[in-house]
Amino acid sequence: MNRFELGQLSRRGFISLAAGGAALATTGASVTAQTVKTSARIVILGAGAGGAAIANRLADRLDGAQITIIDGRAQHWYQPGFTLIAAGLKGANYSVSQTTDWLPRGIKFIPDYAAEIDPEANRITTLGGERVEYDYLIVATGLTLDWDAVEGFDLSQTGPDTGITAHYAGPEEAAKTWAALDKFTDQGGVGLFGRPATEMKCAGAPLKITFLAEDIASRKGNRDKVELVYNSQAQNLFGVPVVDHRVRQLFDDRDITYRWSHVLKAVDAGAKTATYATPDGDVTTAFDFLNVIPPQRAPQVVRDSGLSWADKWTDQGWIEVDQQTLRHQRYANVFGIGDINGVPKGKTAASVKWHQPVVEDHLVSEIAGREGTKTFNGYTSCPLITRIGRAMLIEFDYKNHLVPSFPGVIAPLEELWVSWLMKEVALKATYNAMLRGRA
Amino acid sequence: MEEMTFGTILAVFEEMFGAGLFWAMVVVAAVITVGYIYVLIRDREMSMRKFLLAQLSMPIGGIAAVWFVLWITRSGMQHMGGPIDALLLLGIFGAGAVGFAILVYVAQSLVRGKQVDN
Repeated sequence: MNRFELGQLSRRGFISLAAGGAALATTGASVTAQTVKTSARIVILGAGAGGAAIANRLADRLDGAQITIIDGRAQHWYQPGFTLIAAGLKGANYSVSQTTDWLPRGIKFIPDYAAEIDPEANRITTLGGERVEYDYLIVATGLTLDWDAVEGFDLSQTGPDTGITAHYAGPEEAAKTWAALDKFTDQGGVGLFGRPATEMKCAGAPLKITFLAEDIASRKGNRDKVELVYNSQAQNLFGVPVVDHRVRQLFDDRDITYRWSHVLKAVDAGAKTATYATPDGDVTTAFDFLNVIPPQRAPQVVRDSGLSWADKWTDQGWIEVDQQTLRHQRYANVFGIGDINGVPKGKTAASVKWHQPVVEDHLVSEIAGREGTKTFNGYTSCPLITRIGRAMLIEFDYKNHLVPSFPGVIAPLEELWVSWLMKEVALKATYNAMLRGRA
Repeated sequence: MEEMTFGTILAVFEEMFGAGLFWAMVVVAAVITVGYIYVLIRDREMSMRKFLLAQLSMPIGGIAAVWFVLWITRSGMQHMGGPIDALLLLGIFGAGAVGFAILVYVAQSLVRGKQVDN
């Protein structure tokens, strides 16, 4: 065999090797579940993270279904980004996209809010008076921030002049929080943080903004000018005991003071004081910086619908779903996704992600005449930022057990750069992939 | 993470960089790899002179990769918190070094053509 022939052979060999590699890569892709033919009418209430994602999944799985999604909000907000905006790491537009960006083709989108949910008649009525009948309803409305519950507080008070901040309210408020935090960490004073006594979305967020305030003041060389006080609604800093101990240790190390059973009750913007309800009576504290996170409840339209628990969270109105299947306990054709669910854990986007396959499985299985098998174990996740550049990737379930995604590789209670990397780089991408029904 | 399939990872990378940029980067990496194999087959040997320069350029690629990731994530060496962080950083350094070395080797081979070492 002369050199030329050998060269030819090698090239052919190389081409077939490349083709084989490409074929191997293709077979690694996820296998799409079979579609089911149906004419079922499915209404999804809410086009946020939970609603948009399940709309995409059902549009893929169901052939012929009439899927209607109802939401009056034109903007979609990537809420896990609010903390990054409030720390000056991202601009307000980091969290903003359009609701319609994420919805699949072939479904009906009604850009309006629900005025009435009637689970007896299987009907939604919108504010505009449109009536939509359904065979199956998925409630994914999210929750309402009850700002009025904090006496004397109004969102118009926020900003660097007053030192009052409310980054939970949205991307613009998060950007104003940064303006105030930047000024506070320049000038110094007393900063008050804390959380409400109701269930809340992302229970780690009040801790993150406290840690970030400490880190930003330290980076500026102004740590000794700043006093940071965290007001906990309970006798702990976090509901999972092992995490609580770790956060307490970090707060002690960084000289962040904490007070137990202090629930923000009133704000006096003029006098720059905050009043907390405590077991020993009201306590009023002067502040230079205040972060307000209000009580959180189901939207009124849900609370009026009869879907809420009658004997649990009666002041909050979360819907009565089975903890494992997320199916309503009294109305079998109703499911819940996300913050609205009356389950003990997980008002986070991470939980929304885990709700998806469970609701999809039970709904599609029922339409196909089978019984769904998937269950939700309470999984939720919190990349708990402890400083710019480090975080703890905390994941746990209903039992308060830590359930790390990368056991033995990423230690959940260690402050790691890799966990920060995930929050900063991979989380939004994963979230967006989830919205498209691809993760 | 609940469903860590190859499809999920692809979807996440597409969202991270935008589908266009991500696939463009995949194509660039594939073209360089194919170019490397092409010049190896064409020259039917590994040129030690080109390989030496490629090796010498490895630290530049490694440091550039680490610097880029730290810059993108607004972090620094002081944030390395555990063994996994060090391993990840070494991995990024290694990937940058090897990738850049291959690029340098291919570039030399394509620009200069086949050379006789002595």
